[in-house]
Amino acid sequence: MSTQTEEFEPFNTDEIEVTRPDTVTVTLKTFRFNAETDYLPYYKQYTMEVGKDELMLDLLNRIKWEHDGSFSYRRSCRHGICGACGIKVNGKATLACKQNALELVALFGNELLIEPQSKKRAVKDMIIDKKDFWDKHAEVKPYVVADIDPHPEHETKQTIEEFNRFLDSDLCIQCGNCHYACPVVEVNEDYLGPAAFNAAYRFTVDTRDEAGKERLELTAQIGPGVWDCVKCFECAEACPKDINPIEKITKLHNMQFEQGVAKPNVATKHAEGFLRGMKKYGYLDEADIVAYSEGYLGMYKHLKTAIKMMKAGKIHWHSGIPFIDSVPKIKNLDEVQKLIEISQTHTL
Amino acid sequence: MSTLKYALFTGCTAKQSTPELLSSTLAVAEKLGIEITILEEASCCGASHLQDFDEFLAHVLNARNICYAEKLGMTMITICNTCQLNSAMTKHALDTDPDLKARVNEKLAEVGLEYKGTSEIKHFLYALIDDYGLENIKDKVQVPLSQFNIAPFYGCHNIRPSELHHNANGGENPYNPTSLDRLIDALEGHPVDYSHKNKCCGFHVELQANHTSEVLAGNAMVDAIDNNADLMVTPCPLCHLKMDTYQDDVGKVIGRDIELPVLHMPQMVALALGCTPKEIGLNFHVQKATHLYPETA
Repeated sequence: MSTQTEEFEPFNTDEIEVTRPDTVTVTLKTFRFNAETDYLPYYKQYTMEVGKDELMLDLLNRIKWEHDGSFSYRRSCRHGICGACGIKVNGKATLACKQNALELVALFGNELLIEPQSKKRAVKDMIIDKKDFWDKHAEVKPYVVADIDPHPEHETKQTIEEFNRFLDSDLCIQCGNCHYACPVVEVNEDYLGPAAFNAAYRFTVDTRDEAGKERLELTAQIGPGVWDCVKCFECAEACPKDINPIEKITKLHNMQFEQGVAKPNVATKHAEGFLRGMKKYGYLDEADIVAYSEGYLGMYKHLKTAIKMMKAGKIHWHSGIPFIDSVPKIKNLDEVQKLIEISQTHTL
Repeated sequence: MSTLKYALFTGCTAKQSTPELLSSTLAVAEKLGIEITILEEASCCGASHLQDFDEFLAHVLNARNICYAEKLGMTMITICNTCQLNSAMTKHALDTDPDLKARVNEKLAEVGLEYKGTSEIKHFLYALIDDYGLENIKDKVQVPLSQFNIAPFYGCHNIRPSELHHNANGGENPYNPTSLDRLIDALEGHPVDYSHKNKCCGFHVELQANHTSEVLAGNAMVDAIDNNADLMVTPCPLCHLKMDTYQDDVGKVIGRDIELPVLHMPQMVALALGCTPKEIGLNFHVQKATHLYPETA
């Protein structure tokens, strides 16, 4: 024992490297708010050395354990399954338990802005009131609706192909990342949002389900339904499960026409009306699509804009009389006409 | 550098309500010695609305457009984010799904065409930045834009979904895009940093959800103005139409006086390369840039 003690050389503190090579100094500018006591939210900065394997959830834990025990956030499974720990970092929706911290540092720099999914719904720090999310999710009946035989004699079988139709949409963990990344949800409180649409799709294409038409009718309504989607693809980007909700939204649109649920209105006519100009010119007829979608009586809403556009020369005379024959024609227009004739699968 | 050659898919707006987009694109190409062949055969891309009505038909029509670029053996460039998105989506769908490709080609065969998948598709913005090069553009600047604070507005369909665009847009990250900022910088303008630069303008629901549309456009414009923007610039004519043509209405909904000229990306480049405001059609804007260029009044 004694020899070992003699052989032991104490550390020379000058030789210890002060900065560890695998860590980066990161400042977390963190949203803080307690709805019970605070009038306004505020931001607090926490600076820490972050290692290459640390996840955003590790950093949230370190804020709580090393800096401020009152810091609050939801967490549970830490495996990307429970969907509790959705947050926004510099505006990017992310699941804290799946997101490597230094990846975000590489993207945004050494100061990260840590915010809840929706600031206006904040209850305490990262914890938000997800009531609107759950209400809208429930509205689309996110379950198989069917008369179940309590004493079945065989299983309800599905082919691999039938199963694959909803395989990816079934991976949704209801984290709310897409819902709170969607700009329409923030403006239109009736809008069901991308997660609810994904659920509507998932159960509508399920061969065991019998409420498909009901879901399609709900999601066909202007206001709550898919026609209010602005096509920004924020939901596709926000999903930690790579579900691509907007792809399902497009499928719901198509299914509305396929199954005869779509009724002529400003939105459905706008989609179908593209073919009017394309058959005549190859191009969209910009004036006609507005007139056709709104109905000729609805055009009064656009009169002021039309006059402004005419004044600026945006609606021009050079190729014909405005609104009548001012659209140029593409070359080989007959090909487009023929392709529409032989490829069109839906009608309004 | 060998001469860059592209097949240009103009889209509908450049042929109708935004003629200034086409003229400024051609002006930039001429100044930089880029050879452009306009695809006069190309039809509307469906603008993501025809896709909602009949996805298969939209694939057939977009594949037909791409066929004409393939015939020329050129990369197809777009000057509209939504044309870019829909063309790239069809290309991706056909290149990854042999069954769909066969079904589409069966239709195309009826008009004597075949989609092969040999042409790349990229937006003119990225052709300028990644192919021509910012340094080379910098060398050609005659009228630096140094007196302007310019707010870059990226437009959704060039940056999202990122996986689709990754190879065509230099790996731009949708949460922190930099290409337009770097371009403004190369033209010696001052890029405005504001949080709505990568957000949605609301154009696509202009008719059926007018309020949503106005609020989204307004949020972005007000954010740019509050960060001292003199101009906004966008690579997308649909963002341009929303923010230029409807600027008054947007202001009313948002409750703010908004006066912000919105330039097309090629117009901005053309100005710096020495084109006159008239040459690139600044007079075709509803919100005139008169306080910057009195001659467009």
